Amino acid sequence: MPFEYTIAVVAIPLFMFLFLGLGGTQMGRKITGVLGVIGMLVTTVLAYGVALTYFFGTGQGQVVDGVRQAITVMNPDWLSFSENLVVRMGIMLDPIAAMMLIVITTVSLMVHLYSLGYMCDHHGHPEKGFQRYYAFLALFTFSMLGLVVATNIFQIFIFFEMVGVSSYLLIGFYYSSPAAVHASKKAFIVTRLADLFFLIGILVLSYYTGTFDFDKLVGNMATAQSAVASAGGATFMGCSVIAWALTFIFIGGAGKSAMYPLHIWLPDAMEGPTPVSALIHAATMVVAGVFLVARLFPLYVIEQGAMDIILVTGAFTAFYAAAIACVQSDIKRALAFSTISQIAFMMTSLAVSSNHSELITIHGGQGLGYMASMFHLFTHAMFKALLFLCAGAIIHAVHSNENSDMHGLHKFMPITSIAFLIGCLAIAGIPPFAGFWSKDEILVAAYERGLGWGLWMSAVAGMTAFYMFRIYLLIFFWKKHKVHTEHEPADQPWTMTLPLIILATISIVAGFVPAAKMFTWDGAALHTQLNWTVAGSSVLIACVGIALAFRLYYKENDLPARMKASAHGLWTAAYHRFYMDELYQFITHKLVFGLLSVPIAWFDRHIIDGTMNLMANVTNQCSFAIRRLQSGSIQAYVYIYLIGALTVAVATIVCVLI
Amino acid sequence: MNYSQFLMMPQELGLLLVFALVFIYDTFMPSRSQRFLPCFTAILFAIYTALSFVPCVVTGMAFSGMFETTAATWVMKNILNVGVLLVLLQAAKWSNGEFVSVRRGEFYELLLLTLLGMFIMISARHFLLFVIGLETASLPIAALAAFEKNHYESREAAAKYVFTAIFSSAIFLLGISFVYGLTGTLYFNDIAPRVLGAPSALLITALAFVIAGVGFKLSLVPFHLWTADVYQGAPTAVTSYLSVISKGAAAFSFLIILVQVFGAAYQAVWQWMLYALIILTITVGNLFAIRQRNLKRFLAFSSISQAGYVMLGIIAANVLGMTSMIYYVLVYIFSNLAAFGVIAAIERATGRVTMDDYNGLFKTNPWLSFTMMLAMFSLGGIPPFAGFFSKFFIFVGACKTGSVAIYVLVLIALINTIISLYYYLLVVKAMFIRQDECVIPTIKSHWSERLGMIVSVAGIVLIGLVSCIYVALNTASQESAQIFMLID
Repeated sequence: MPFEYTIAVVAIPLFMFLFLGLGGTQMGRKITGVLGVIGMLVTTVLAYGVALTYFFGTGQGQVVDGVRQAITVMNPDWLSFSENLVVRMGIMLDPIAAMMLIVITTVSLMVHLYSLGYMCDHHGHPEKGFQRYYAFLALFTFSMLGLVVATNIFQIFIFFEMVGVSSYLLIGFYYSSPAAVHASKKAFIVTRLADLFFLIGILVLSYYTGTFDFDKLVGNMATAQSAVASAGGATFMGCSVIAWALTFIFIGGAGKSAMYPLHIWLPDAMEGPTPVSALIHAATMVVAGVFLVARLFPLYVIEQGAMDIILVTGAFTAFYAAAIACVQSDIKRALAFSTISQIAFMMTSLAVSSNHSELITIHGGQGLGYMASMFHLFTHAMFKALLFLCAGAIIHAVHSNENSDMHGLHKFMPITSIAFLIGCLAIAGIPPFAGFWSKDEILVAAYERGLGWGLWMSAVAGMTAFYMFRIYLLIFFWKKHKVHTEHEPADQPWTMTLPLIILATISIVAGFVPAAKMFTWDGAALHTQLNWTVAGSSVLIACVGIALAFRLYYKENDLPARMKASAHGLWTAAYHRFYMDELYQFITHKLVFGLLSVPIAWFDRHIIDGTMNLMANVTNQCSFAIRRLQSGSIQAYVYIYLIGALTVAVATIVCVLI
Repeated sequence: MNYSQFLMMPQELGLLLVFALVFIYDTFMPSRSQRFLPCFTAILFAIYTALSFVPCVVTGMAFSGMFETTAATWVMKNILNVGVLLVLLQAAKWSNGEFVSVRRGEFYELLLLTLLGMFIMISARHFLLFVIGLETASLPIAALAAFEKNHYESREAAAKYVFTAIFSSAIFLLGISFVYGLTGTLYFNDIAPRVLGAPSALLITALAFVIAGVGFKLSLVPFHLWTADVYQGAPTAVTSYLSVISKGAAAFSFLIILVQVFGAAYQAVWQWMLYALIILTITVGNLFAIRQRNLKRFLAFSSISQAGYVMLGIIAANVLGMTSMIYYVLVYIFSNLAAFGVIAAIERATGRVTMDDYNGLFKTNPWLSFTMMLAMFSLGGIPPFAGFFSKFFIFVGACKTGSVAIYVLVLIALINTIISLYYYLLVVKAMFIRQDECVIPTIKSHWSERLGMIVSVAGIVLIGLVSCIYVALNTASQESAQIFMLID
């Protein structure tokens, strides 16, 4: 399939957004949903065609010396500041862009289909705002696709903002609920603050390198080195300016990808409809930060200082979020912390790559972390979307997010239960499910970096297995279900069950994708083999975690309560997410608002506003004073005209000749 | 005579053909089919506009150098065509109205004739031909302004227009006669080499009079006093025509005259003249606009101040300035016509045109309010609408000259942008925030009016974001730079 079809892949969701957004209210609710699904289906088919052609095609110039080349489909100038500094709006395909096309369209299609059933009230009628919902879904899909195919960092920034906006709109979809409004504002403000750093990073980077374009920045290792060299060794506070720029860009990515301490928006974002959480806050938008770092990977490899910040942040966040996930009782929040932890896995995996001289000479070794990260991004998107959609089905059935309202649902919802189990096995890293293969590569890369990093990540992997099965068992077993709704909970209609089945199937087989040959940073195939020591030990750790979960949560018993009582302080702290939100509250309200904002507000109200009012008054009085000029009398008009023309002439003559 | 020279004027010939067909329809078709005349004209003109976008193959001189077609003039005329098409759509329903329908044929014929005059102004390379174009574009407008002759204001507007126009023509001709006396020629290309050397007082006077003459059409302060009265009195379709098309054509030809005729020796002189006029125009236009309650009068003063911004592109006297000026006019056409489209639709349905009438309009007419809001945002220069980009480019173009004086000028223009934002937002505030007991009821706009507004809104949103439009204008300006002796 010609690569030009990528244009259609990006354009169709944009068209669907305009079409459903402008014309949706004229159509029936059901119709808009069906049209949205059809539009997304076409997009998905085209995206698969393009991506598969990219990975397996042997067209002219696609593979040079065993290296799969990046392909620029189009790249027109959009805004030119100078000869060199031009913002372009283009479409570029490389391994990770092609992979992301598949991820985004697959999950988006599943969510489009699933929402047909989910966004209905209990009579089966579509909810109010159904058209708006589908329009926003299309807007999000468009923005995310535009982000991954971007040819330059400024284009990424624009689409970064657009995914932020569509996430804001979708979290706040139930705008009559104060919690949703609050959450949407929080998400927008936190990510926007991070994006400010991103923008600063872009400006610094482009100022020193003179370009926004990826092919000039990170086309290959040599261009990356010359881009860094073009900064001329400029430093700021002891670090090179490029390292500063890259750190700032990472902060932007960390905001979107919910890295500690910018993660606080993601758990609250669960106020949005569950399919939205599956699409945006589990599979696609939250990995934008990982994607960004991966995009600029060669630069980060050269600037190890920036890379080390990512490594520490990622490793800490992985553990921190996993610890919180172990005690949450709201299933969506538990899944949200699990997402944070898994994204931190990807970040860590990217960051364990070190020693760039090695990276240039041999294609194995250090490129492994990058490949593992992208592979995990791919598999995680699938099984995490599956888990969220299962959670959505459960919530739809019992009308609650708390696991205390669930318990023992296995008998009532067998399909959902099995799908959820497959998701749990995948994320826990049990072979042959998808998560095993990608997580194993990450662990291998971490052990190559150092034994300490490896052990740390293995421990987090064990916690992952434990908390996922804790969630699973508390929902589906523990004790007999007490029906508290009008109807008995049951498996949901086919529109919601079909996506579960499809995603579960993908979660089983996705691990067999030849990732080492596809998702590499330079397009060359990587030669890997299963590291039996790491694989064996990680499976063992996962099994221990699962066994522990079964011992504690399979049947109702008082052991969890006793454990909770014995470590009460730790448990409460983890339950309250280690008081990060309270800390933010204190910093923003007490420190920033109290100490900074009050004096600034006084200055603003009295000095700035005073000046403005003075200017406005002067303007107004001038305007009043000259109103007689417009007398309405035609003789006066002609006089003024003549005097004006003569004054221009005489004044100029006086100035020029004398 | 070599008749192939007429091939140099494809757009003018096309326009004449449209005019002839409209004239024949008006004269010979039975009276029961006359009410389709507006529709007929609009469709015919749309076809003509679309056809004239086919890239211009002929460029060069005709009629012993009196007439010239270049890539830039072709672009300018196309922009005017688009604007006129929008005006035709706006006017369609109105011209079938009660008192107007009996002479709607004249409306379209005169409108098309003035457009022809403007085309001649743009392409003229000889002052005599230019004057013919100028008068063709001027005099019929008096008749158009008086179109609703049973209205007192309409008659007054026409009288004021015709007197001041004649006076300004006289001044302009006096200026040209000085030029002829000093150089012995009226060809643009021949004047430039003959006015080298130290500036002479007489030629400076001539320059001032030429600026006054064209400044009348552009309504630069202090040659602007007719504007408000005429805009208010004339039928809204005529006002919107006057405020965008007539102004755009004058701006285009102004640039050509100043650069080509006076550019060689007198560039500094006319730049200083324009410098003063721009400050006056932008500031006075803004100061008057603040106080207006009648929306047509309000837009008259807003258009005066907008003309000042257009002049910034001329004072730059480089390719970037020319590109950004053409771009500015294009954006201005869409923004202003969107605003006039709303005003025309509401005036036709209810007869109300003051700002207070618009209080609470959003409740009853959300789409009209939305269109008006976008128009105001674009005129005020709020991103991401086209008006922001046009202001940005015109400031960049002016700044590229690199002189400190121009930086100061751009700063003054920027401050004025803030003032203008105030009064543009007044309209938005009236529609969305203010409440009123006697809100304008929900009105149903005619499909032609709606189509015009949709096209305008699409223009406002897209022209800024679709960068290839700017690139195309830039290419055209660059191709013509040599001919107009612009610096790169």
